[in-house]
Amino acid sequence: MSDVGSAIEFDHVPCPFCGLLCDDLKVVRTRVTLKVARNGCSKAIAGFERVLPTASPQIGGRNVRLNEAVAEAASMIRKSSSPLYGGLATDVGGMRSVMSLADHSRGVVDHAFSESVGFNMKVLQSAGWIMSTLTETRNRADVVVIVGSDVHTLHPRFFERIVCAETSMFDKANKPRTVVFVGEGLDQSAATGPRVGDVITLPCALDRVDEVVSALLARMRGNPVAGDSVAGVPLLAIEDVGKKLNDADYSVLVWAPAGLQTHDSDLTIHAVSDVVRLLNKTTRAAGLSLGGDEGATTSTSVCGWQSGFPTRVSYATGAPDYDPLANAIPNRLASNEADLLVWIASYSPDLVPPDTGLPTIVLGPPGMNLPGSPAVFIPVGTPGIDHSGQLIRCDSVVSLPLRNLGRSNNPSVASVLSAIEAAL
Amino acid sequence: MLIKLTGGKVYDPANGIDGELRDIYVQDGVIVATPPDARIDEEYALQGRIVMAGAIDPHTHIGGGKMTIGRLMLPEDHRGDPVCRGDLTRAGCGHAVPSTLTAGYRYAEMGYTAGFEPAMLPANARQAHMEMADTPMIDKGAFAMLGSDDFFLRQLAANDDIEAIKDYVAWTLHATQAIAIKVVNPGGISAFKFNQRQLDLDEQHAHYGVTPRQVLLTLSRAVKELGVTHPLHVHGCNLGVPGNVETTEHTIAGMEGLPVHLTHIQFHSYGTEGDRKFSSGAAKVAELVNSHKNVSIDVGQVLFGQTCTASGDSMRQYGNTGSASPNKWVVMDIECDAGCGVVPMRYRDKSFVNALQWAIGLELFLLIEDPWRIFLTTDHPNGAPFTYYPHLIRLLMDKGFRNDMMQKINPDAASSSVLASLDREYTLYDIAIMTRAGPARSLGLKDRGHLGVGATADITVYEDLADREAMFATPVFVFKNGELIVKSGKIVKVVQGATHVARPDYDKGIEKSLRSYFERFHTVGFDNFSLSDEEIITHGYGSLVIQPTAARV
Repeated sequence: MSDVGSAIEFDHVPCPFCGLLCDDLKVVRTRVTLKVARNGCSKAIAGFERVLPTASPQIGGRNVRLNEAVAEAASMIRKSSSPLYGGLATDVGGMRSVMSLADHSRGVVDHAFSESVGFNMKVLQSAGWIMSTLTETRNRADVVVIVGSDVHTLHPRFFERIVCAETSMFDKANKPRTVVFVGEGLDQSAATGPRVGDVITLPCALDRVDEVVSALLARMRGNPVAGDSVAGVPLLAIEDVGKKLNDADYSVLVWAPAGLQTHDSDLTIHAVSDVVRLLNKTTRAAGLSLGGDEGATTSTSVCGWQSGFPTRVSYATGAPDYDPLANAIPNRLASNEADLLVWIASYSPDLVPPDTGLPTIVLGPPGMNLPGSPAVFIPVGTPGIDHSGQLIRCDSVVSLPLRNLGRSNNPSVASVLSAIEAAL
Repeated sequence: MLIKLTGGKVYDPANGIDGELRDIYVQDGVIVATPPDARIDEEYALQGRIVMAGAIDPHTHIGGGKMTIGRLMLPEDHRGDPVCRGDLTRAGCGHAVPSTLTAGYRYAEMGYTAGFEPAMLPANARQAHMEMADTPMIDKGAFAMLGSDDFFLRQLAANDDIEAIKDYVAWTLHATQAIAIKVVNPGGISAFKFNQRQLDLDEQHAHYGVTPRQVLLTLSRAVKELGVTHPLHVHGCNLGVPGNVETTEHTIAGMEGLPVHLTHIQFHSYGTEGDRKFSSGAAKVAELVNSHKNVSIDVGQVLFGQTCTASGDSMRQYGNTGSASPNKWVVMDIECDAGCGVVPMRYRDKSFVNALQWAIGLELFLLIEDPWRIFLTTDHPNGAPFTYYPHLIRLLMDKGFRNDMMQKINPDAASSSVLASLDREYTLYDIAIMTRAGPARSLGLKDRGHLGVGATADITVYEDLADREAMFATPVFVFKNGELIVKSGKIVKVVQGATHVARPDYDKGIEKSLRSYFERFHTVGFDNFSLSDEEIITHGYGSLVIQPTAARV
């Protein structure tokens, strides 16, 4: 950190705005304005440079002091028989407070992205998998397969930092990597430069990627596939990818769960994992799941170690009860099995609560694009900008310390929820 | 605040006290000498009861990514053991991979006041400490894993000076807030990434050309010369492979007298005799441990039922996936740093292999003579969940009970084991060594694991029951830092334990090489890799205890 006139420079800043948690940003703060001076992608710039309006805690749209909003929220939670805790876009400290409050108030815990995280959880709980991480992939992968999700749009620096990285440990002759895209219309513009060799596309519709992956698996197992094309992709092209995978020393099959457009995307991920398992009988290969935006990986992990289960846990009985269908907030709302929604967001102002007639308490960033006035609104800081914190990366292995860049004094989710719990 | 524990029968091996009737005084969390004419604020009459220091588990997988993989993977295991919120305690779940909260409560309810996570990947250290921070009641600490990380392997392959390697090892202890160094399948986790499927002691790593023997000797020497109290904690080559007793023999002989702790040695004590080509190597291993004073071990006892194996040994865990029960498993290659494998396992008493594993563990306990060099573990949850410890203690203390249990196991396994001929019964003094004084001494916890003046008042009081399983399952009182936290096996106060670390000196010059290495190859910057003290002392509910290290050689 250095002071240049009235501007303060921060180096090695971790970015909380997508699951990659790039930590090489340079950010300059001038009073309450942030500017990403180095290594900012479109998401980082939008996140760090968003102009923060002033915001006050509110009860029914009326400005109140924080302690009044906290007392009102506590009163509503106390009266609720089973509050729904949704959104959950926060950091480790915030998620710990969510878990404590949900346990205390016999509530339900469900992250905004639990549906797509759930695709991965179904595979983990039914078969497991062989996985890699970002650094391992960056240094080792000789074939990278992007499966059915628009990775470059969802994670704008994935190619730059992982696939196209200038230096890696094990490529003796700096052998260019083969990149395979399964699905048409995926942004391939970043798969370029000296580190990228062949770029192969299996151009099927994105909702038919599962058919192509299944055909690939079948042919690699030596099983017949009817016809000479699958979902519009010539079988020979699919078989050629199978051969490249078999010949690779370390192939990595990458997906972003929220980006998959197949029906029953868990089965697509299952098939991808089967391809990886098969490859490992003779060579090395691994899967790599991206995603993890809005603190989704953090939410899953903290819920996992504190309750024993992924999100979509209910404490209604006093003990954690995991049911990914019954405890999905959309299902609870649709079946009128709820009397209060507590919505927690601290990154994007667009992560708004679902449209519901239920009384709603919102902890959100100032300027949140709410359709109306919730019963209680408490503006909170963004971890890594307004207060320090910790976040877990998309690979569920690495976590980063987040810095307080001093933009505002908005309180953390953890401090607000702790105050609410203390007032219960 | 002065507390008097009056008239208990005290077992305090660190101070040579073997079942003497003694009074113990505690002032402000610390054991003090008999104060003259002091006013006693609280007195506990302990006549007829057994008093020991709080128990210490020196090898238990309680925190880190692979445990949370195990948790998320096995909802069916948790559903059998839901834990409701109590007046003082949070909800959670138990059994094979319990929630962090429940793990802390259950350890305390069993009289344990400290547990050490033995396989913390440096790349995952931050999360491991987060999980340990969410494990209440007990003190914690972690062993940082080295030996398959590319920075070290590059150093070794380049014949770097031992002083530079020592600097790197010391930096790792600081950066990851660890108390000791562990090596898992030395070089083998990395070799698996290069598609090697086994790596014996003298086999060369395909890329680096180094051998596990070189890794072991280098790291063991580095740890010793840095003055770290706990010797290199070794999960050896060929875990679980029939015939690996030879590897273990060569490993012990090959250490050239350097201090070494061989962990979960039961999984490394297998021969190939008999029709099934699977036999006990316990006698051989026990003989080697008895004759090599530089070696300590923990057992990793197998006990029957559902559990989940979780290890940094991705190579061997991948090799074990055929035994997964239920049939699902995870293997990971991690960050040019390490790996992991999580494989659920159901040990069955009617299975020849599982029953013999059970017998081999007990043979090791009974044949290794010096209780100061053998620690009681199940390698939680690899051999069994830690909640089975009272059962294991009864197996060791009660030959009649042991023989009864032997009647239930696979008869071929029973008849191929020498267990029935072993009459040894552990005494309470032996148990106190193995579960308190020994681990504390080995880990360098100078004020834990004993009841002498100046010790932290972590104290467990038991009823002297003939049924040792019942006795050790439900202590009468447990004190942590002098506060009563458990009464009649139930929590009466929730506390937050400390994190124990070791911080040997090092030359900061190594950070220049590390910074460059991180910049060239890693996806986390050097500046964001290390865990700050503030991250451990989150919101004031964590604290650090820096244990002493000897001068660097």
